Formats: sequence, C-alpha cells, structure tokens
Amino acid sequence: MDFRVGEDQRELAEGIRAMLTGRLPLDHLRAREGEARAISAEDWTALGETGVFALTLPEPIGTGLSMAEAVVVFEELGRALVPGPLVGTFLAARAGLVAGAAEGRAQVGVYSTEAGPVLVEHLASLDALVVFAADGRGPARVLAPVSAEGATRVEAPLDPLTPLWRFDAALPAGAPVPGDDGALWRDGALLTAALQVGHAAAALDLAVAYAKERQQFGTPIGSFQAIKHMCADMLVRAEVARAAVHASACLADAPDVVDAESAVAGCTPGQLVDRSTRGAKLLADEAALGNARSAIQVHGGMGFTWEVPLHLHLKRARVLSTIFGTRAAHAVALAAYAGATT
Amino acid sequence: MDLRYTAPEQAFRRELRDWLAATLPGVGEPPPHDDWPARRAYDLRWQQLLFEAGYAGVDWPAEGGGRGSSPVEQLIFKEECERAGAPYVGVNFVGLLHAGPTIIAEGTAAQKERYLPAILRGQEVWCQGFSEPDAGSDLASLRTRAVRDGDDYVVTGSKIWTSHAEVADYCELLVRTGEERNRGITWLIMPMDAPGIEIRPLRTIAGTAEFAELFLNEVRVPVANRVGDENDGWRVTMVTLSFERGTAFVGELLECMRLLGDLARIAERLGALDDAGLARRFGHLVAAFDALWALTKRNVSEAAQTGIPGIGGSVFKLSFSEHAQALGDLAMEILDRAALSGDPLNGPDGAALGNAEQLAAWFKSISLTIAAGTSQVQRNIVAERILGMPKARR
Repeated sequence: MDFRVGEDQRELAEGIRAMLTGRLPLDHLRAREGEARAISAEDWTALGETGVFALTLPEPIGTGLSMAEAVVVFEELGRALVPGPLVGTFLAARAGLVAGAAEGRAQVGVYSTEAGPVLVEHLASLDALVVFAADGRGPARVLAPVSAEGATRVEAPLDPLTPLWRFDAALPAGAPVPGDDGALWRDGALLTAALQVGHAAAALDLAVAYAKERQQFGTPIGSFQAIKHMCADMLVRAEVARAAVHASACLADAPDVVDAESAVAGCTPGQLVDRSTRGAKLLADEAALGNARSAIQVHGGMGFTWEVPLHLHLKRARVLSTIFGTRAAHAVALAAYAGATT
Repeated sequence: MDLRYTAPEQAFRRELRDWLAATLPGVGEPPPHDDWPARRAYDLRWQQLLFEAGYAGVDWPAEGGGRGSSPVEQLIFKEECERAGAPYVGVNFVGLLHAGPTIIAEGTAAQKERYLPAILRGQEVWCQGFSEPDAGSDLASLRTRAVRDGDDYVVTGSKIWTSHAEVADYCELLVRTGEERNRGITWLIMPMDAPGIEIRPLRTIAGTAEFAELFLNEVRVPVANRVGDENDGWRVTMVTLSFERGTAFVGELLECMRLLGDLARIAERLGALDDAGLARRFGHLVAAFDALWALTKRNVSEAAQTGIPGIGGSVFKLSFSEHAQALGDLAMEILDRAALSGDPLNGPDGAALGNAEQLAAWFKSISLTIAAGTSQVQRNIVAERILGMPKARR
C-alpha cells in the first residue's frame, strides 16, 4: 500500500496550476463577474486542450488516467476559482454523453430535481444538462439541448461567477443514461468534493499569508495564538477532507479494494462506495465553508470587501454545497452505516 | 495513491490473523482495572506470547532485536490485533514505545544488551518520569535535580502522570543537571526499587488510579545508567519522538469505530435514531472516523517512504481527539440517565446497554485533548512548524 500523492500526481497538479496561473489568472476570471457567460468559449477550450475533461478517457482523446488523478486536478480548479460547469462537462466526457465535452467544445451542466425553486447554473453556455433525481436515486438523465424557454436570469446570483436562471416550471425529463448504476452521481459528488478541497486549501493559504504580513500591536497578527489556532484548524479540516476524497477516488478506481474493504466493514461493495463518497462530500463541504469563513475572519475588515477574493471562495463553496447532496442529507444517510461499523 | 496491499503485506496479515485466531482463546479475560500486579502479569504474558511468535517489537529495528517491519506492516499489526480483540500493550507501553526505542538510538552497547531483550521478552516493565507538577506543556522547565556524587547521580524532585509506576522495574527519567533550559537536561534509567522513591496513586475523574505521582528523595542512580551525554537529554528525548511512524493512534481509532457501532445499535434499540439531529451526529462521526483511517494510511505511507510521517501526526491527533470526544458526548446523550450508572444496565428490551463501557470511553476521551501534548500546544506546533507562522511568547 502506498497512499501518498504520487510523484506523477504531484507533477500533474503542478502542471495544471502553472497552466491556470498563466492562462486563467484570477484577474482574468474576475473580469467576467456578473456576466451571463462566466467563462469564454476560448478559455473553456483551453481547459479542454489541457485535458481537464478527458483525463480518464483512453488515448488519443484522453490520457487514460484514473479518478485519483481527476480529484487532484479538480482540487486545482477549485483552488484557482475556475468558473463554469466543470463537473457536468467531465461527467459527460467520461460517460460519452455529449459530443465535444471531452475537448472543451461543449459545456454540460448538472441539475438535481430536489425540492425548491428550479435554478439552473450557466444556462447561456450549456449544450446539455445531466439531470439527477434527488439524492442520486435512479439513473442519470441527459437533457440536450437545454431550452431557455420559461427561464429568467437571476439578476443577483450569490456567486458573481456562477450565473443562474430560474425556470417557472419543472425541466423536461431528458433521456435516461443507459446502464447508469449511480456511478455518474458518485463521480460527480467526488469531483465536487475535490473542488471544495481546493477552496478550503486556497482559503487557508490566503489566511496564512495575510497573517504573516499584516501587522497590529507592532507584530504580525500570525504570532497571536488566537490566529494561529484558527489557521491550524483550517489545515486540519483541509487535510482530513483531502484524505477522504483521495481514499474515495482510490475506491472508485479499484473494485478489488472495494471488495476487500467491504468484507471488513460488513457491508456490500456498493454501500462501501456510497459511504466513502458521502463522507468525502460531507467533509469537503465543511472544510470549504469553514475555511472560507475563518479566512475572512483572519483578514478582519479587508475580508469583508469585494476586492479580497475570499468571498468568491465562500460563495462558490456555498454553490457546490447545494449539489450532489447537502451535508444534512449525507449525514442522515451515513448514520445508517454507523451500526455496521466494525 | 493506491490502497492496495502488496502480496507480502497480505501474507503478513494472513499469517498474523491465523496466529491471533489460534492464540487468543488461551489468553483469557483481562484482570480488573485496579489490580496492578495482575495487570502486570497479564500484559507481560501477552508480550511473551508475541515474542515467541516473532511479533515482539514489530516497530523496532532488527539491530535492536525487533522484527524491523515496515510502517505498513506495523499498521497491519495494530489493525489486526485491535480487530481480533487482542490485549492492549498495557504496562509494556513505555518500554516498547518509548524507553526501548530511546536506548536503541542513543544507548551504549552494554545498555542495549542489558535492557532491550527484557522489554521484548516481556520480563521487565518501564514507566515514564518526564512531566512534573510545574512542568507540563513546558516540559523543558523541569526542576527535578540530579547532583553528581562519585559514580552516582543523587536525584531529588517529583514527577507526575506516571502510568503503572506501582509495577514498573525501571523509570525513564528526565532530570536537571544544568541551568540552561533545553541543554541542562539528562536522561537516566532509574531502578524503581532504589531507596527514596515514594509512589502516590493519582485518582482520575474516572475514579481509577491510572497514574501516579513519584516523589524522589535523594535517589541514587548510577552514572552508568545515563543514556546520552550529560545535559543532552532533551535531544535524546526528541530523537525518540521521531520513531513515530503514524501508527500511534491506530488502536484508539479502531476502538472508536467499534464503540460507534455499538452505540448505533443501542440507539436503534432505544429509538434514538428516529431523531434526525442525533442521527446526523452519527453520520458525521462515520465520515470523520473513515477519513481519519484514510489519513492514517496516508501518514503511514509517508513514513514508509521518508522515515517520518510527514505533517500528518499533529493533524491527525487534533482531529481524532475532538471526534473521540464528540463520540463520547453523543454516547452520554443517547444513554441519557443510564449514563449515570457505571454498573452495567439492561435496556427496556432486557438486553445489555453497554453503558459502563461507553461511560469509560467518555472519560478516556476527555483526556485525549490533554495527554501527549494538549490540543492548544498541538495547534501552536502545526501553525509554526507546518504553516510557518511566526513564533511568539505564549
């Protein structure tokens, strides 16, 4: 067993980070705040050409990698605040649902038929929508094209880089994905969790950097235990969530490990995967939301300004926490596994 | 990142599992908590069985007489022992996990020959004399003084939090031999039958005497019992801490997972899981303990490759200790008034409630954010050593 982040995976992360820093720096992304299309078609294609959506597809379209690499890449996308329907497009490419998704020539959103207002993100850019039933029950469905009829753009979306539309009525059902046994929802939850780990890590980095630099009472505020302890707790949340996400990705990649571990845990292989996915999403949501809040606090008044990007991490984390299961839903579902814990 | 165990690792696990299955039925139930002589005999007997089977000191290097297993095998060893319900390391803890590794790293050839085999074979018990009433988190301020007198040090002072002192043969003792804080400390092997040692049991909030205070009044310790140089004891102690391979809390974590399962079954019988608020707390603990198990595997993997468990040790302890307490608090709420009784009770359905075990675990959990470095000190360490935040006076 070697559960370290491998050398290749580290290099992959660094490569993606370098590409994002060069091609999609934060200033560039923020220039589109409040716009209907949060990311340009050219930038989306650049992500596609980097291989972000086709990671797990065989060559020559993809790079033949696994979910372990996908979560490493998605953490970087979250860290860099890359907007757009990243998870849906990856899922559409992975399952071959929408032509052009793998290459970054199509944008595919996700939507879950939970109760509440019918809100769809990134509608103006979407070529298709992957629709999940509440809590991922039943096969996923694909809606393509996505008609904007009956949709009204939300003027003040929570996240200025996640444009939002409200529909007056329920969306059309779409076509079921043949043979989907919940794997799409599981992968979507996992990738969303990976994005959240990226937000948690970014918030931590920003807080620590600020605490080392900002002086009050004649000394950096990072020398105060009250600040140190907040930052230490942020690191703990991020590291624990990352371990959960990585372990869940390893299970997604290795059915033989799932079989062995489910025997020990006294549950079915399907239950073990469900348990690890939900746990990862729950902890990653908490890490992202908790760390963004703590980072704002460490920044004091500056953290409350539009200029400092912490609110963007907080708002994106809030957006991501509403899809692929809320923390409350995951916690209730996970409670059923408590009695099986050996 | 790969969670697959290699073929040799799987073989190690199978062999160990078979041995545990064959051996444990003959081991018997552990003696009562307050019967120290019986506990000593029971724990030493288990260590002897491990030695005979070649499992003594799995985490010790071969040159110290240990098995020299890889960190992953150490993880498997602890996991299998816990899952099989094998006896805990018990009174062998200090010898196997602290004093032994220190002597391996820093002891003389004569010291290694004298002390190491007796630890591995389950013949001698060690205790620890580090903390003092006025030197806890700030260990380097310790004041127990050792004055050179011929071939002896004459030691006077007091120590606290010494587990199983009543039945120990030796004490790993930190004493002050110089004025400089960190560079005035010396590491000694103190025979516990030396004249001038008074042991006073210390009763904990659990009502048990798990620890003792040591009062040392002109105790003579031979200079030959010094490990490392005079005034170099702080470094000697730090070297030992570096032996940790990320497996320190494997047993405790798996125990928490088992307790969570027991508690969930109790809650189900009591109908408490119908309360969504309580159910979510169970779900959250499932997620947290699973993640901490993954983090353990990560830390062990780091240690296997680099020799040190990376940044994970302090991170793990901070998170684990808090979640163990959350489990204990949840147990107290589920059991409600049954938690008022330390005697075993039956539920409304006539079956055992497991209240006594959950109560004991709750007490133990309260110590987890204090023992082996308080969570506050851990956070300072994480912030300064991992995040690189500036040091300051506390």
